[in-house]
Amino acid sequence: MENYEQFLEKVEDALTLADKKKDLNIFLSLEEEKIRSSAKKIADEMKTGNAGILAGKTVAIKDAIITKGTITTSGSQILKDFVPPYDATVVERLISNGALLFGKTNMDEFAMGSSNENSSFGPVKNPVNPEYVPGGSSGGSASAVAAGIVDMALGSDTGGSIRLPAAFCGVVGMKPTYGRVSRYGLIAFASSLDQIGPIAGNVSDAALLLKAIAGHDESDSTSSTAEVPDYPNLLESDVKGLKIGLPKEYYGEGCDKEILDRVNDLIESLRSKGAELIEVSLPHTEYSIATYYIIATAEASSNLERYDGMRYGFRGEGSELSEVYSSSRSKGFGEEVKRRIMLGTYVLSAGYYDAYYKKAQQARRLIRDDFLTAFKEVDLILAPTSPTTAFKFGDKMDDPLAMYLVDVYTTSLNLAGLPGISVPVGNSSEGLPIGVQLIGKPFEETELLQAAARVEELVSS
Amino acid sequence: MSISSADVDKIAKLAKLDLSEDEREKFSSQLSDIVSYMEKLNRLDTKDVEPLAHVNDLMNVSREDKSRPSMEKEDVFKNSPQNDNEFFLVPKVLKT
Repeated sequence: MENYEQFLEKVEDALTLADKKKDLNIFLSLEEEKIRSSAKKIADEMKTGNAGILAGKTVAIKDAIITKGTITTSGSQILKDFVPPYDATVVERLISNGALLFGKTNMDEFAMGSSNENSSFGPVKNPVNPEYVPGGSSGGSASAVAAGIVDMALGSDTGGSIRLPAAFCGVVGMKPTYGRVSRYGLIAFASSLDQIGPIAGNVSDAALLLKAIAGHDESDSTSSTAEVPDYPNLLESDVKGLKIGLPKEYYGEGCDKEILDRVNDLIESLRSKGAELIEVSLPHTEYSIATYYIIATAEASSNLERYDGMRYGFRGEGSELSEVYSSSRSKGFGEEVKRRIMLGTYVLSAGYYDAYYKKAQQARRLIRDDFLTAFKEVDLILAPTSPTTAFKFGDKMDDPLAMYLVDVYTTSLNLAGLPGISVPVGNSSEGLPIGVQLIGKPFEETELLQAAARVEELVSS
Repeated sequence: MSISSADVDKIAKLAKLDLSEDEREKFSSQLSDIVSYMEKLNRLDTKDVEPLAHVNDLMNVSREDKSRPSMEKEDVFKNSPQNDNEFFLVPKVLKT
């Protein structure tokens, strides 16, 4: 069978599988006819040899990323009928590289959550075991890959929202360096932390997807002009002599023993292959969650001011303007979003700005400097992605602070702007996936993907 | 730091949110917990530390000032709750 015929068959199988797995609640929209007609177009290009680097691949898109003509909700009631008038830059790049866009995936409302339970459209269930959460906020994207429906997916990561669900679902998920990928068309949560990145079944597909979406974009002034390496063709490397830092603060109490055991097994394998494992210290780690939730909520409270029911989105009742603002927002936003807007408004309000927001920005610099100091000694850093495996629905919903602490190993990277990738390293005794996180220097995604590819080989051997 | 119901009301007003009685109570206790947790930052000596607002050292990125096509009016209004094809219609702003 020719490759384009195999591709068309794969698309039909994926549609059938998506239907069979409907109960997992992965997709917020899946336009079958549109998918079929795009698939035919791509197959024609494959036939004539004009196909892009992603031809033959199916890619699901987190519903925080806007798609022209296809409803995009960001998991919120306030945008439940919103049809974007243009494509996000990453979406344009997927299309021009021959990818088949395969559905919009469910997520925590406005990407605010670590379990997917904050979606206005019901949570996604973890494909590994549907009694457990898939992690958040890109839970739908990680699940679409883990369930075998798509080859790859796009997620967004503000404090761990790609890496955490990747770890919980047993797939590869990468947050690139801040600025590596354009945020134009990503519905904003916290603009100085948000970054779009790839989720895939293996490192090589993640590298391919990153290559397609990375690079400068005139429409996002924070996107970097740094050249984009040919990631998928640069995955060969030798672990011999590689200096890997182990931050002692990530291996202490609070992390499940089974997770530490798996990570330590990996450390031993890397050592036996000639890598140099060096203990490092990131002394301000314990301040990362407090710092993160001040900065992220402050930025969110400002970003979400735009939802006022005037130009787009849900409009509530009311006889005068300010009443309509309030009723639109009160009915349109879910509980966690309101909580974070409240928190962000509080830390920015008169009299509290210096005590919280400015203090957090200072802590942010200390957290970043910790990493930059460690990177003088080591090439990359290795740590668990999360202190626990996936938990059951409802376990942390009554205690927002406990939910925030799930992100204890992931938020520092967003504060520091660094790239990180979560790679599966086996399962717990309950059969739940465990992820290890590799952290790299700014804009050294190539080195990070190489190391991730070696970890993948060691784990599968 | 404890956040009272009165504080919650003040913040909700600033954020343009109407909270139910349930939400007011819940947020008062939850926000108190979260803010108390955040106060661990007070243990940090940040005397000479420059605040970090943004990780990339970018300043005033600009582009060439040339005209280019903007979105079609029809597309702009497609998502609006109320319009007359020329303007977004909103409730009365000025009190008579």
